[in-house]
Amino acid sequence: MGCGTALRASEGGMNTIIIDQSDMGQGASGVNAGTLSMQIKRVKLMPYAIKGHDMWQKMGQEVDFHKTGGYTLAFNDREADLLHDRMTMKKEAGANISFVSPAILQEKEPSLAQKIVAASYCPDDGYANSSLTGQYYRKRITQLGINYMENTKITQINETSTGYEILSGENRIQTKRILFACGGWLKEAVSLIGEDIPVNARVNTVSVTERAPRLMNSVIGHATGLLTMKQKNNGTVLIGGGWQGIGKPSEGRGKVVMDSLIPNLQLAKFAAPKLAKVRIVRSWTGFEANVPDFYPLAGKLGKRDNAFILGCVRGGYTIGPYISSLMGDYILGKEPEMPLFDPSRKFEQGKLI
Amino acid sequence: MYDVIVIGAGPAGANAALTAEHYGLNVLLIDEGSDAGGQVWRVKSKSILSAPVTETSLKGDKLRQRVKSSEVDILFETRVWQIEQNEEHVWQLGLQGVCERSSVSGKALIIATGAQERVIPLNGWTLPGVYGLAGATALFKEHMILPGKNTVVAGSGPLVFFVASEIIRLGGTLSAVVTLNSRFEWLKAAAEMISKPGLLWQGVKWVFKLHIKGIPLHWQSALSSINGNEYVQDVDIIKTTKYGYLKRKLNVLVEADSVCLGHGLIPAIEATRLAGADHHYDETLGGWVPTIDQCGRTTVKYLYACGDNAGILGVQAAPYRGELSAIAAVEDLTGSTSETINHHNKALKSLGEEAAFGIAATALTIPKNGLIENIGKNVEVCRCEGITREEIEIELIKGSVSPNSIKSGTRCGMGPCGGRFCSESLAMITESITNQSREEIGLPTARPPLRPVSMDEISDELDYDELPIPGVSPL
Repeated sequence: MGCGTALRASEGGMNTIIIDQSDMGQGASGVNAGTLSMQIKRVKLMPYAIKGHDMWQKMGQEVDFHKTGGYTLAFNDREADLLHDRMTMKKEAGANISFVSPAILQEKEPSLAQKIVAASYCPDDGYANSSLTGQYYRKRITQLGINYMENTKITQINETSTGYEILSGENRIQTKRILFACGGWLKEAVSLIGEDIPVNARVNTVSVTERAPRLMNSVIGHATGLLTMKQKNNGTVLIGGGWQGIGKPSEGRGKVVMDSLIPNLQLAKFAAPKLAKVRIVRSWTGFEANVPDFYPLAGKLGKRDNAFILGCVRGGYTIGPYISSLMGDYILGKEPEMPLFDPSRKFEQGKLI
Repeated sequence: MYDVIVIGAGPAGANAALTAEHYGLNVLLIDEGSDAGGQVWRVKSKSILSAPVTETSLKGDKLRQRVKSSEVDILFETRVWQIEQNEEHVWQLGLQGVCERSSVSGKALIIATGAQERVIPLNGWTLPGVYGLAGATALFKEHMILPGKNTVVAGSGPLVFFVASEIIRLGGTLSAVVTLNSRFEWLKAAAEMISKPGLLWQGVKWVFKLHIKGIPLHWQSALSSINGNEYVQDVDIIKTTKYGYLKRKLNVLVEADSVCLGHGLIPAIEATRLAGADHHYDETLGGWVPTIDQCGRTTVKYLYACGDNAGILGVQAAPYRGELSAIAAVEDLTGSTSETINHHNKALKSLGEEAAFGIAATALTIPKNGLIENIGKNVEVCRCEGITREEIEIELIKGSVSPNSIKSGTRCGMGPCGGRFCSESLAMITESITNQSREEIGLPTARPPLRPVSMDEISDELDYDELPIPGVSPL
């Protein structure tokens, strides 16, 4: 999202630099499972997700975009009710979602479990390869001649009469405006200028298998949101669903734990029984930042005019390219096409159903 | 729960387990092989009914007997795929293999996963009939199988001569032996190795045997390519400069149906990395090593590393390193006694005597800069994903500088081997293009499983209603 905003700001004529403590695009946007599904987006964020999805589609081959369609599965009556309620609301919010009978699903996805009670379908769903996020943005940024510094940890930020002075080791960078788009590391980053925001980080687990025979053609989800699966063209299957590893952004990368990895894999195996013999090659985690109401932070930081924050976007991989273009416009002093999300709002606790 | 779990039953790990047991601790020893011995004292396959007794088979059998008659619990043909430490510092390991348990826990964890080999790619290295030097020794030791009818042995360090000598012993034919090292480098190493005259003499005998048999021995030379359509047919041998650069005009074509190729051993650090220990780069120890004290204590509480995975010092040093790690674990768990202190001092002294030899041997395998030039543009560096040197270079030119970034951009190291076989060449290519040091280049993020693991191996059938649903995502 930092890169997306930088592109927009630079196109608008601003002299821009990107500073990253690690490699470009190697945070949440580079390690998530790559799902671009309308069925797992929040109702209120649906218009943003639809716009974001369009942008991914335009990036196309460079990010390995595939519009495969997606099914969300329910294995019992409780989940079927949940699926029906949730998908109806998402449909009303603009997503192209319909319900399909288990018989039709069986025909389209013969390798899925027979025990499916209900399913929904969205033809727009698909995936991109999140590993290529950094590569894509590095190319765009290089084309525009935007400066970037990778593996550069900011140690101090001083407020000056004209803006901010950023310190990293020997480096000193003067800037009029600053945007914090640090994902899971937002809390530590804004504390450098004395701000405090209630950001937590979820530690989402993702696994990938070796190359396997074709097991599924579309993106597969679960009524509870606890499973995402897709098989890429090379035959590997990516398995996610937001199962929680351990660790904090301030301590480096998160860790996979067996207590959550194993039920994640069991659920995948339950949904696609032929996965049982397929080997897992890698499991990892990524930090998904959130505030208590699970809505984005996008706007001015505190009472400052020239400090901005962008993060905590639920469904940020899909929405990221779009919301960052809005952010870019906002920093350029233009009216964004859709409203941003005031970071200074009072956060209500998000409701879990 | 065990007091001590040891991963790896080679000379270091098995001795660590026996030492911890000697001090009254409850010990579990895990190894993926069918018995103790590790790679160096590898146990014979059960299908081999009788075999000539050698020095290594004797040492291995003795170790296996000691383990068998001890109180140490054993899980052979078992692999560890996951390592976790909880907030109370208790270790929890995920297991795969023939064992019935899917996990096991312990207070202290000693990692003795040994070494793996480094093979620097060259044109034709992926042809059938090409073996790693260490891989070839596994074939000899476990199965008494030769790599082919007519073999070229090439690479650096002592393994070149050991493999050549074993091929002769097992009745095979050698068409050439090619070592990157010069006679001068060997003489220099020999001076360091003089503390172990027996071992040195053994090396001299290996070389002497080659001379008697009239086998061409190419000093300070390398294979510039391995040729053949579907299998190895011949190889090009070229003299090199002392830095390993090929002298293009002086090549010899030698026919062979097989090649044993290797450029030394590197520490197998996946387990200590997954366990969270700090590592640093030290080329004299074979490359990346866990940062340890003289007893093998890592930077993580109750985590120890011993044996070649903690730096390549070889088989002679391994038993003492195992003992030292076990003593450290015993002292950390139960306090030190005069016996542990005396034992520690004695083992440390022995280790000092043995380490010089290992370091001199490892020095012969420090990769020479020129080798990197011998990896052609179209040579596959990552075999799992078929990524060539050129694809890696293009990614580097586009601006990726770290292993994570190059991996993301190219898929180099994303296959079933997890980058085990290509990360070394990848780092060398990165070093040559970006001029960063190996320490600066760093390593890709450590991720489980340690080896690919099937879902059936690690998860039982799901009782769907028992699934721990942690709360539905917000609407």
